[in-house]
Amino acid sequence: MARTRKPKPPEPDRLLKAPTGIRGLDQITRGGLPVGRPTLVCGGPGCGKSLMSMEFLVRGATEFGEPGLFISFEESDTDLRANFGSLFPELPDLLNRGQLGIEFFRISRAEFEETGEYDLEGLFIQLALAIDAIGARRIALDTIETLFSGLPNEAIVRAELVRLFRWLKDRNLTTVITGERGAGTLTRHGLEEYVSDCVLLLDHRIEEQISTRRLRIVKYRGSAHGTNEYPFIIDDHGLSVLPVTSLGLAHKVSSERVPTGIERLDDMLVGGFYRGSSILVAGTAGTGKSSIAATFAGAACNRGERCLYFAFEESADQIVRNMLSIGLDLRPCIKSGHLQIHATRPTLLGIEQHLVSIHRSIDDLRPSTVVIDPISNMIQAGSLHQANAMLLRLVDHMKSLGITIMFTSLTHGDQALESTMIQISSLMDTWILLRDIELGGERNRGLYVIKSRGMAHSNQIREFIMTESGIELLDPYLGPEGVLTGSARLSQEAREEAQRLAHRHQIERQRRRLERLERVAEAKLAVQRELIASKKDEISRIIEQAEASERSLRRDAEAMARSRKAATKSPKKA
Amino acid sequence: MPRKSTAQASEATPTPRPRAAKTAPPPAAPAGEEKYILRLYIAGQTRKSITAFNNLQKLCEKYLKGNYEIEVIDLLEQPQLAKGHQILAIPTLVREIPTPLRKIIGDLSDTERVLVGLDLVHKKSDT
Repeated sequence: MARTRKPKPPEPDRLLKAPTGIRGLDQITRGGLPVGRPTLVCGGPGCGKSLMSMEFLVRGATEFGEPGLFISFEESDTDLRANFGSLFPELPDLLNRGQLGIEFFRISRAEFEETGEYDLEGLFIQLALAIDAIGARRIALDTIETLFSGLPNEAIVRAELVRLFRWLKDRNLTTVITGERGAGTLTRHGLEEYVSDCVLLLDHRIEEQISTRRLRIVKYRGSAHGTNEYPFIIDDHGLSVLPVTSLGLAHKVSSERVPTGIERLDDMLVGGFYRGSSILVAGTAGTGKSSIAATFAGAACNRGERCLYFAFEESADQIVRNMLSIGLDLRPCIKSGHLQIHATRPTLLGIEQHLVSIHRSIDDLRPSTVVIDPISNMIQAGSLHQANAMLLRLVDHMKSLGITIMFTSLTHGDQALESTMIQISSLMDTWILLRDIELGGERNRGLYVIKSRGMAHSNQIREFIMTESGIELLDPYLGPEGVLTGSARLSQEAREEAQRLAHRHQIERQRRRLERLERVAEAKLAVQRELIASKKDEISRIIEQAEASERSLRRDAEAMARSRKAATKSPKKA
Repeated sequence: MPRKSTAQASEATPTPRPRAAKTAPPPAAPAGEEKYILRLYIAGQTRKSITAFNNLQKLCEKYLKGNYEIEVIDLLEQPQLAKGHQILAIPTLVREIPTPLRKIIGDLSDTERVLVGLDLVHKKSDT
């Protein structure tokens, strides 16, 4: 009675809703169950009806301050306390504080003798007493159908049920009524005829030995609601429904880059992945997908971000051990709570239940990075169609939260690498392909970026090696013979080196030859110049001698003429 | 089940018993037999409750004269008493003694079934 605050202010024109506090259910019902009206929860045996009604009350009491009353017609209150006590540890405390009440009404036909007319006023009186004792605002009747089998006169039971529902409405109690599913009808005794405001159908299907629980809102008078079948899970936290929200691709995008943890891969992607993008790392067996994923996760944790790692092939310990071999120690990240590894077998749950459990873990940890390793195994837990629908939802959800999500995917060697993932590739923003390159009796790893939306990524194939200090990407040998890796690359590089040396030597040789030639030519030129010089000396000496003799001749002739006096003419003329 | 002897007795008796019961004189309470303690649960003075009470009294006078005690419990006045005997239907007649506890619901208009319920069939057949 202490805490009876109304969760919502009254709005006369609108249908008031009582939030259930059950994960996902409030989203698909757009706020909860109708306040002050009965809601029918129906389904087959073991589908979670009782659990849902109990969780509705427990959450109502703990989260919304509305005391709740659980009326059981099937299980005794001691059984109920024991059964639900393990799921809701707060249950004994709630019962002690009067926030929750459990009443058990036993109706057994064998105990009664029926004579003449009667009504169920005794039930009403007991209900009123129990409701008033804790000031209940919420009430669950599980399973009221027992009245039909317990009391022989069906006409009276029907009339009294109508009166009961009206009575509950008059008291403004938000009521959950459970009903067993009948053949061809929602409930065995047609309870849906009386409860016309809100009907939820729970379903528990087994497909290929894997069970999937689903919830559907059959009707919700006066309210819009989701109409799909929503998968839900029941685990030690109670019930979680997965809202299949069609987000319509309206999420905000970030242009912030997230480093991949591998320096050269960052270079290939011009700085890293976009925050909030979806990344697919595909490859054949043993190409290092998990190592890339773990490196990415480790890098996120080392930046102080939180990361959620879903492993469907290896246990958490195994991942930690294996990553130590490439120099990646994840233990401090796990210890500090930045990294959570959830390792399960994919066949443990149906694919949709996996999705629900992923959603729940994300809600709990609020990580910035999620790794799913590998997605291909999960796809095996369901049909391809289911897998696509599930991935779409998952990617949408992550994007709406701005979470960077990395999937790894195993492709098979005998299939074309690009075709296997054609269905999911369109969901992925970045697609990294790892492949084996078999050459010269070796198997080496090659990495390339098939696509990366919104960035001018490298188109090169890089050789990808795992060393003791982490992952390294090497320049590939790109030559006329294609990409060479491993020893082939090394030997090719050695060959090239030798070739380069030989070239250099040849150039050297030619240069020296040229020098020699030059020197020879120089020498020859010098000799010629010497020769010319000596010739020049000789010739000029001859010229001088000739001129000297000419001068002496002329002097002699003049002297002769002078001696002959007149004979200035030539001697011949004379 | 202590009904065994009753069942045999009822099989032995001819069918149109109500008439036979009417004509038979009321039996005197046999000495040494356990006193019947009966509780009639009602919720207010409704038609059904009054009918039930009248029927019960008639019946007791006829078959248990001097050897019975009727306690009428009005749940509108004492609602907390409903839980003890798990009273859902109104009116409900509870035979507390002799044990085992028996419950009869309804306005007790079907005398034969009330007698079966109260384990009194053999009495009627005696008469």
